[in-house]
Amino acid sequence: MEYSREELLICAIARMLDGCRNIAVGTASPIPGSAALLVQALSDGAARASILGSNIHNPFNDGGPELFDRAGQGRVDAFFLGGGQIDGEGNINLVGTGPYPEPDTRFPGSFGSGYLYFTVPRVILFREEHSRRVFVDKVDFISAPGWSPPDVHRPGGPYALITSLCIFMYDKMLHRFRLEGLLPGATLEEVRDNTGFDFDCPDDVGPVAPPEPDRLDLIRSRIAGEIAETYPEFARTRLGWDG
Amino acid sequence: MSVPETYLSADEIASRIPDGALIGVPKEDGGVSMVLTRALIRRKARDLRLLTVPVSSIQADMLIGAGCVAEIETSGVSMGEFGYAPNFRRAVEKGDIVIRDATCPALYAELQASEKGAPFMPLRGILGSDILANRSDWKTIDNPMAEGGGDPVVLLPAVQPDFAVFHARYGDKYGNVWVGARRECVLLAHASAQSLVTVEEIWDGNLMEDDRMLAGTIPPVYINAVAHAPRGAWPLSLPGCYERDGEHLKTYVSAAKSKENFAVYLDRYVFGKQAAA
Repeated sequence: MEYSREELLICAIARMLDGCRNIAVGTASPIPGSAALLVQALSDGAARASILGSNIHNPFNDGGPELFDRAGQGRVDAFFLGGGQIDGEGNINLVGTGPYPEPDTRFPGSFGSGYLYFTVPRVILFREEHSRRVFVDKVDFISAPGWSPPDVHRPGGPYALITSLCIFMYDKMLHRFRLEGLLPGATLEEVRDNTGFDFDCPDDVGPVAPPEPDRLDLIRSRIAGEIAETYPEFARTRLGWDG
Repeated sequence: MSVPETYLSADEIASRIPDGALIGVPKEDGGVSMVLTRALIRRKARDLRLLTVPVSSIQADMLIGAGCVAEIETSGVSMGEFGYAPNFRRAVEKGDIVIRDATCPALYAELQASEKGAPFMPLRGILGSDILANRSDWKTIDNPMAEGGGDPVVLLPAVQPDFAVFHARYGDKYGNVWVGARRECVLLAHASAQSLVTVEEIWDGNLMEDDRMLAGTIPPVYINAVAHAPRGAWPLSLPGCYERDGEHLKTYVSAAKSKENFAVYLDRYVFGKQAAA
């Protein structure tokens, strides 16, 4: 069965969301959004996706603070973050490169990362550009640290990192990423060449598991239409939605 | 409905905001008063301090580019799918404005403390970040409720903006304004010394007397001036009323990438004869 890169990633993320009941997706995230909707569709009502920017898939009505309040209560199980820079300990930088406060390149800002990285158990980092510019040995500014000392109340943190080349899982004990699988066409050598941090790698690292056929059908038949409400262009060009 | 006699124009409201004022503004889909933003630029406001609740896009970028802003406290300024915010980026990289980086719920917490008249609000997270390391006004204490000590927690100080500035769907002749589910506007109004509001439409009747409207209404005890400004959020959206003008936002981003083109943009859309109010 043929499938696109987007469909492969949606299924890979959906596996990471297994067992999650409340999945929140932030801005500019069509692939994570599709994965969250897929998990919701498979869960028979047990899982709920909230997609920022959606009028339909957004079970909240109490304004901006509500998502953060729910995360603080432990009622958000999974969330997605990016990063202008990400380092090998899972620190993320959304502020800028070089010195602070007058950086070489200024990024938009930390958004909710400084809070959600602490409060949401499965934060999935999603950053397509796999380069040494992004994946650095040490971030220039810590918007949110990858781990905290034991006296800090911290139920949340990084869970996985998805790039255009591969998927890493985060080891909370070692504070390190472990290469989990390669995306089609990518090689271990290519990952090493383009990653600025040291990571763990099993001897038998293989490809990311292909989409489950029934899930692929569901993506094409139902999820494409659901995500189209928020991301019509993505649904049309990447998932073959013809609405 | 005719416009109530007590209403002002957007330019009259802008003249009430002195240079140096601390202004609280909502995020992009929260009812941004772009009409008042343009009026502030026309009145050549200077040294404004912006508090974005909790993020901003074209509003902050345009005020910065027009030289109105001395300082910004924000969790992010971005044009979203249209790319980075060019004036914001340029001003921060050159050190032309003071940047006070935050994270979203910390800004809500600063306003919640002000709303309650409390000196501070505690919040989980943030510890070990360079956000905290650069905020001498944010303090860390050990949770006094925890047994056996330890458990550090961050305290955010109460912040009272001089003015809350936003655009609401309805206003009535009694001075009420209706923001519906835009609860951050309610928080902002409660937390600020004054609220200056532009409204899309005039509501026929009293918003406080209609039970369906009551929960989304901010009463006049919080509201200091209202202007009637149809399409006052343009080119941003007003939820339930109109979508954002994506073509215009593209035009804006491309113009704002150079100072020269941005000046042309301001001439046309803010100062010019074709200016949209």
